[in-house]
Amino acid sequence: MNPFSSGTRLRDMIRAIRACKTAAEERAVVRKECAAIRAAINENDQDYRHRNLAKLMFIHMLGYPTHFGQMECLKLIASPGFPEKRIGYLGLMLLLDERQEVLMLVTNSVKQDLNHTNQYIVGLALCALGNICSAEMARDLAPEVERLLQFRDPNIRKKAALCSIRIIKKVPDLAENFINPVAALLKEKHHGVLITGIQLCTDLCKVSPEALEYFRKKCTDGLVRTLRDLVNSPYAPEYDIAGITDPFLHIRLLKLLRVLGQGDADASDAMNDILAQVATKTESNKNAGNAILYECVETIMSIEDNGGLRVLAINILGRFLSNRDNNIRYVALNMLMRAITVDAQAVQRHRATILECVKDSDASIRKRALELVYLLVNESNVKPLTKELVDYLEVSDQDFKGDLTAKICSIIEKFSPEKIWYIDQMLKVLTEAGNFVKDEVWHALVVVISNASDLHGYTVRALFRALQTTAEQESLVRVAVWCIGEYGDLLVNNAGMLNVEDPITVTESDAVDVVESAIKRHASDLTTKSMALIALLKLSSRFPSCSGRIKDIVVQHKGSLVLELQQRSLEFNSIIEKHQNIRSALVERMPVLDEASFGGRRASSLPNTVSTSNGTAVKLPNGVAKSSAAPLVDLLDLSDDVPAPSSSGGDFLQDLLGVDLAPATQSGTSQAPKAGTDVLLDLLSIGSNPAQDNSVSTPDILSSAQDHKPAIASLDVLAAPSNMMDLLDGFAPAPPKPANNGPAYPSIVAFESSSLRLTFNFSKQPGNPQTTTISGTFTNLSSNVFTDFVFQAAVPKFLQLHLDPASGNSLPASGNGTITQSLKVTNSQHGKKPLVMRLRIAYKVDGKDVLEEGQINNFPRDL
Amino acid sequence: IVHKLIKLQIHFVLLISRQGKVRLTKWYSPYSQKERSKVIRELSGIVLNRGPKLCNFVEWRGHRVVYRRYAGLYFCMCIDEADNELEVLDIIHHFVEILDRYFGSVCELDLIFNFHKAYYILDEVLIAGEFQESSKRTIIRLLSTHDSMVEMAKEEATSIGNMIAQVTK
Repeated sequence: MNPFSSGTRLRDMIRAIRACKTAAEERAVVRKECAAIRAAINENDQDYRHRNLAKLMFIHMLGYPTHFGQMECLKLIASPGFPEKRIGYLGLMLLLDERQEVLMLVTNSVKQDLNHTNQYIVGLALCALGNICSAEMARDLAPEVERLLQFRDPNIRKKAALCSIRIIKKVPDLAENFINPVAALLKEKHHGVLITGIQLCTDLCKVSPEALEYFRKKCTDGLVRTLRDLVNSPYAPEYDIAGITDPFLHIRLLKLLRVLGQGDADASDAMNDILAQVATKTESNKNAGNAILYECVETIMSIEDNGGLRVLAINILGRFLSNRDNNIRYVALNMLMRAITVDAQAVQRHRATILECVKDSDASIRKRALELVYLLVNESNVKPLTKELVDYLEVSDQDFKGDLTAKICSIIEKFSPEKIWYIDQMLKVLTEAGNFVKDEVWHALVVVISNASDLHGYTVRALFRALQTTAEQESLVRVAVWCIGEYGDLLVNNAGMLNVEDPITVTESDAVDVVESAIKRHASDLTTKSMALIALLKLSSRFPSCSGRIKDIVVQHKGSLVLELQQRSLEFNSIIEKHQNIRSALVERMPVLDEASFGGRRASSLPNTVSTSNGTAVKLPNGVAKSSAAPLVDLLDLSDDVPAPSSSGGDFLQDLLGVDLAPATQSGTSQAPKAGTDVLLDLLSIGSNPAQDNSVSTPDILSSAQDHKPAIASLDVLAAPSNMMDLLDGFAPAPPKPANNGPAYPSIVAFESSSLRLTFNFSKQPGNPQTTTISGTFTNLSSNVFTDFVFQAAVPKFLQLHLDPASGNSLPASGNGTITQSLKVTNSQHGKKPLVMRLRIAYKVDGKDVLEEGQINNFPRDL
Repeated sequence: IVHKLIKLQIHFVLLISRQGKVRLTKWYSPYSQKERSKVIRELSGIVLNRGPKLCNFVEWRGHRVVYRRYAGLYFCMCIDEADNELEVLDIIHHFVEILDRYFGSVCELDLIFNFHKAYYILDEVLIAGEFQESSKRTIIRLLSTHDSMVEMAKEEATSIGNMIAQVTK
């Protein structure tokens, strides 16, 4: 006998594995066991076959590969005894799934076992077949299973019924063979058979309209009777759960009645009474009762309308919603979501309670409630609902803010009744959660602002105020910087003051201060800094008194290690210094951004965002999209360069086509004549249109200005600023390009999570190209202080790493300070392999340990 | 893991210990080996980290996972979005009660060393992801019949072995 195969008993192996202290030890034990089992398999050992398979199943559960044992299952199934078959079938179900060819080989054994004289062996085969049967097996074995639906022992009948479900789901054509035997099962008294028979019947009705018709006619009354008997049955200890006899059977009966009643008034009528009885009489203080009520409500909402029953159902949901049990409330939110299509008014009545659920401490409930609120918003309640949500944004959990912000923005865009409200709400969101606002959302905001000429002054002043209190929200800073650059003059002279505003006194130098702090702020990313530079250039022309100061700020960035900033400041400096004559023309206010083409582009870049984002782009322009027909017309009005179908408003079908086509044709047709604005728009859609982003060569304004003065002078006002904008355009998504001269390397964001950012600046000693000095800067993006901050790094063997002590071990919140850490890396494969580094950062927030890990692969290539 | 799963009541059952060890997995919908380990990894991360007073449902990849904790073990069942979560809680409890009756106040060690028996029990509660039997007594009776058949086969094997040994002595 093989010295290994007698080996350990199953129990001993499990014990040995549990005794392992490390993963490596466990692997060693498993490897040894697997070797022994393989040896036993090779010798065709019979005595320990079932023990070996049991071991393999355990090993499989630990996640190790066990495919070599699959054939052993087949051998065990083919052996004559019950114990071998039992473990063989278990192995078959665990180690294989229906996609493996091995299954083909087992069909014959299963067939024999389905005809076995031992009913328990028949049961084993049915169970395995039900769990793993493929379409081929279903075809081959359906007659056997069908016959077993009439087997004398109920335990076989119930297994055969569930097996049949699998078969008809795999091969719906086989459904009609099962109709007659199932009708018999529905009359059974044995609960197991009844439960499985009803389930099979429900699935038959779903795959076969004939079956549905048949059961609706023949069985509805009988099923109603069965349910009534069950509801009124005396205490039955065998089936009792919380005072209810067999809730599982209740639920399945209600499910089948739902299928039968849907779309059929007669069948619905027949079940009204019993549904009313279940809805009113079921005890709702235990989970089982509530599970039945759940199913009953679903059935009432699905079958043909009966006003009284619907009221009952909605009332049950109302009770669910105010239940103290989180499970029940969660379920209520889900069901209300489905009920909206049936009775939106009734659901609206629970709006206040639902809104409270958005603020629940349970993430699952919050998420459901937010989805539901989103569905409840309409033109008439959008203002109060948005206010509630925006207010909550202030105090909500960090990890919920993303979802919440996205939904709020979507609501604002979709239902905004007027532009000023839209701008107000967006500013609030930006102030509270600007870091969670998606790029396309603030891009859209900028477009709207640009179009609302009467609100320019109001908006820029509001943004200025907002920035005084919050400067940590990146997208708020961006929008503010953009607006101050464009409308800085309106900020200073309080032009276009609305009645609702308090006047503020802002000097030119105050305005420059704000932009300067945006560019100096450590947490600002490249996009923000670049936008701030452009804003400064614009202000230098709008505020002649600050021109000198702006020049100084721009000059400071001439030495920036970031290529983009460096280039930009060189160019802008040259404009300020040498080209006073064209500067004012160059930095004129941007032309109004075309909402329609921006919207069209957005819609086409986000094909999956339901109808909401489509509606958004379309509705906003006039801000008066009240009736549902309006947006269609609006789009046609706006996109006058699209050959609009000559419809007279009434022809909805044609309008609909027009809407569908518009975004597509627009991007094609509008590009040629409107290249100017289109390029401007690119600024706003950073990264969303790679083709344009990167292919537009960034014209070197600096050199063209020096060498070809006439050239730049001839650039028309529109094109000049837009070309500069393109500078901004290309870099954001692309990795920083390495500088082509000198040892200046672009700095990189080496690591960024929701709470932490690490940037690396590089330098090299001349004459020692292998060694790079890296200066790392950590910035805390969250609003909590990090303490006990520890940074660790690891590199592969071809690199040598030297870490200097960090500048501190505590990191102030919200970018109000940094930790710097200097590292020295020597690359023995310099020029052949790029740097690579793993890092681990550990710190404490409120005394809780946090660990972040990452790998840096984006080092500049030639370090 | 994007699946076009056939509608089933239960797509899979998972038993995970508080330490994240897998104690039982049963897949009624097709998942490849790789997907299975991914599902286990993701779900144990979500479920084990949820606080004690929260609801027993988590949303996960377009499905819903109903879980319930018994001592150090989490019983998880994955269902379709529109299905009755409350009933699944009762199904989990039903399964646990049968385990308890079968093993006599079940503990995690029972499920480790007799993991195959836990699977046999589950096979009497669910087939093809659908509910099979609401009577705990019926299930226990079936299981003990199965066990006694195994015992009988063992005895028979030993007695035949003894007979052969005597004949060949």
